[in-house]
Amino acid sequence: MARHAHRPDLLFTGSDWNFGTLSHTYDVIEAVAKEELRLDIYPVQMEVISSEQMLDAYSSIGMPLMYRHWSFGKHFLHHELHYRKGGRGLAYEIVINSDPCIVYLMEENTMALQALVTAHAALGHNHFFKNNYLFRQWTDADAILGYLDFAKGYITRCEEKHGVAAVEAVLDAAHALMDQGVFRYRRPPRLSSEKQREGLRERLEYEERTYNDLWRTLPRPADGAKAAAENADLIAERKKALNLPEENLLYFLEKTSLILEPWQREILRIVRVIAQYFYPQRQTQVMNEGCATFVHYTVMNALFDRGRIGEGAMLEILRNHSNVIFQPGFDDPRFSGINPYALGLDMMQDIQRIATEPTAEDRDWFPEIAGSGDWRTILLDAWANHRDESFIRQYLSPALIRKWRLFTLSDAANESFYGVASIHNERGYQKIRSALAQRYDIGTNNTDIQVVDVDLLGQRHLRLQHKVRDGIVLDGGSCDATLRHVQRLWGYEVSLQGIDAQTGATVYERSSSQLTQ
Amino acid sequence: MPIFIDRRLNPKDKSLGNRQRFLHRVRAELKRSVQEQIRSGKIADADGEHAVSIPAKGTSEPSFRAAGDSGRRQHVLPGNKQFSPGDKVPKPGQGSGAGSSPGLQDSEDDFRFVLSREEVLDLFFEDLELPDMVKLNLKEILTAKPRRAGFASSGSPTNINVSRTMRNSHGRRIALQRPKRAEVEAILAELAKIEAEGTDMARARAAALRAELDRLERRRRVIAFVDPVDIRFNRFEAQPLPNANAVMFCLMDVSGSMGEREKDLAKRFFVLLHLFLKRRYDRTDIVFIRHTHVAQEVDEDTFFLSTQSGGTVVSTALEEMQRVIAQRYPSKDWNIYVAQASDGDNFASDSERCLRLLDSEIMRLCQYFAYVEIIDERESEIFGSTDNGTSLWRAYLTVKERWPNFDMTRIARAADIYPVFRQLFTRQPARPRN
Repeated sequence: MARHAHRPDLLFTGSDWNFGTLSHTYDVIEAVAKEELRLDIYPVQMEVISSEQMLDAYSSIGMPLMYRHWSFGKHFLHHELHYRKGGRGLAYEIVINSDPCIVYLMEENTMALQALVTAHAALGHNHFFKNNYLFRQWTDADAILGYLDFAKGYITRCEEKHGVAAVEAVLDAAHALMDQGVFRYRRPPRLSSEKQREGLRERLEYEERTYNDLWRTLPRPADGAKAAAENADLIAERKKALNLPEENLLYFLEKTSLILEPWQREILRIVRVIAQYFYPQRQTQVMNEGCATFVHYTVMNALFDRGRIGEGAMLEILRNHSNVIFQPGFDDPRFSGINPYALGLDMMQDIQRIATEPTAEDRDWFPEIAGSGDWRTILLDAWANHRDESFIRQYLSPALIRKWRLFTLSDAANESFYGVASIHNERGYQKIRSALAQRYDIGTNNTDIQVVDVDLLGQRHLRLQHKVRDGIVLDGGSCDATLRHVQRLWGYEVSLQGIDAQTGATVYERSSSQLTQ
Repeated sequence: MPIFIDRRLNPKDKSLGNRQRFLHRVRAELKRSVQEQIRSGKIADADGEHAVSIPAKGTSEPSFRAAGDSGRRQHVLPGNKQFSPGDKVPKPGQGSGAGSSPGLQDSEDDFRFVLSREEVLDLFFEDLELPDMVKLNLKEILTAKPRRAGFASSGSPTNINVSRTMRNSHGRRIALQRPKRAEVEAILAELAKIEAEGTDMARARAAALRAELDRLERRRRVIAFVDPVDIRFNRFEAQPLPNANAVMFCLMDVSGSMGEREKDLAKRFFVLLHLFLKRRYDRTDIVFIRHTHVAQEVDEDTFFLSTQSGGTVVSTALEEMQRVIAQRYPSKDWNIYVAQASDGDNFASDSERCLRLLDSEIMRLCQYFAYVEIIDERESEIFGSTDNGTSLWRAYLTVKERWPNFDMTRIARAADIYPVFRQLFTRQPARPRN
């Protein structure tokens, strides 16, 4: 301490923090980050919370406000249990993709940790949220908190009006379909409900005006082939009218179900909007965490080099940093999958290395960036224009594969052993890279279920189709329970058909009429 | 510079609503678990927190998710040490040592969590109801507490609301233009000055001023500073207070025939009743009365621990209870509950006397009278369901017929207590009340 006393450059000494120090530290960190990394961020709002509030935030999927549902209570108990047992620490921060970007700091953090968290969340994550194309295109950073506030209030009002049980039933069903409640390929339609009503009215008017009774009197086609052709036409027309096939089950049920009350539709919509909001986050785990970790590591080291952080604080920061990026091997009892922080940071530092001191191999693999020296531009570009899958496919280098000693196991359900498919050698690099990228491709990992047909004028039988890839079928019990939920929202028979994606053969078929309640 | 918000002082328990919804959802499971624990564990522990475990299946959240044991997959793992392409690795759980490929499956196990005391009791006593609600309704409103309720224009002087009164007075004085003291004093001062001059003009001016002064003084007299119409009184309304006191009398036979086992069973029954009452009433007193051929009020330890020799005269305990009620617990202020435990031995003639006592007074005073007879396990098969029994039992049977708030039953084992308790306090079918 005495040694630190005559070093006025230090941002802070000791482990206690106060708002003055926090604010000053933030200003310095922001300046350094902008200078060193050219980051571009939303304004920041920092909120100090207690550990219990952190647990609260955990249980409501990291959002500051959320409607009430029993499953959040369950998750809270779950997290609390682990936390109390000491089995799992709490996150030091939570960051919300909003404008201004909200960062939660835990009050228990030491000042060194607060500085680390500031660099990590308030700059790293913040930059990523503001610049990555997925977030820019698919989420409204300035509207999400307002929307959640509306959602919470709306669901509370519904509970008062229709009873907790009725609302819970709808929410249960909607949560079960959350994974099938996002638009993956097209932007969600943005018609306001008023415009929609207007459009519907105009269309009805037009149909009335152009109705001609003469068509009804045309003779019906006599032979079977023609009837079948006409039938096929009818089905095609019907599908077109309903915009089928439809990948967003929640959207389809919200718009088309005949038995839902308006408030039930609104609840489906709320769940769908929230699912859509989180969709980019699920696709950019490695990049998001990697970006934040890279930023905090670079900024903290820069501050240390300039003499703004003391050695003791730096040691604490490094210790936390290495805890965060700890990656045990597959045979380690602590192994629980690939750590996105570690993978992201390593890949980004690898890009830095390739840009500044490339090897012959790097020049071979990455001719565009090897030796260009300007790693900042390359990283800024990667952060802005990639998601996990494309990032790995583009930038995972053989050097990193060797460093991590990655290998692939092929796992077939009907065999009693795993086969080692590729390891970190010349023949394996491409395959490992593509297998790892595949793993982060949410499009292939998520179950692909679509609405393919529904006969609104007849039996109203809703047909869902599951494209079975690589023979991976659905978990039976969970699938049946979910089908029941779909039926609850649809009101009539619902069937699910598994079609093999390659051969088109039917793998299995389930229908809600076969299920016992 | 960022915006800082200190949220640490925000209300806690934001997720309490979610917790309640979750508990509600798994209520049946929790109830089973809590009752199991209370039945098998010590009764003394019932009044506290409980760790319960919830099987994962009851609370699963279904979705269209892939089955772990189907299809072909590729896993990418770090940390290869000795594998070459083409090697075969046995899957875990198929004979080989575990840990060759952990982390590929995740399962959600049963999980345990702690219920608070209130939550335990809520589950425990769900669908139990206080017996004889009729009398409770009649008795409910007994005391009243004065509560502020606006202002009145009449009342007792002690209740004058000064600020309200002065406000009215002020308004009235402004409206009627009551001359202020300062105005009067200004005229007086000017008068004094003019009179000192002594000129004609001054004299005329002085006369005018005096007339003005008279007018002002008169006006000040006519328009009172505080008029009776200004006065306001605080108004109080009597707010009825429901009766929230209960007293529980534990009567027990401690003669030689009551052994450790009998006492233990009785104690468990008393504890349950006490827990139940404590949840319903703000204040619950317990009075312990033990008896042989004489009865006395004792403290809890003596009640359960010490033995006394002597015959058995049950009516002495009832008389003692009557005395205590008369002395300390007037039935208009207290909800009186009686739990009596005995092995059924009594002098034959005394049973008649008990009957008379109960009939003539005690049953009118108390909300509920529960009699448990502790019998031998071997006897339970004989007496379990018949009306046969000791003289006391037979005497009490006639009381039961006459009084709906009297109940009796037999206990042979610790495991019986809870069901018996439930049976005694089962929510009764809704009766018309008025």
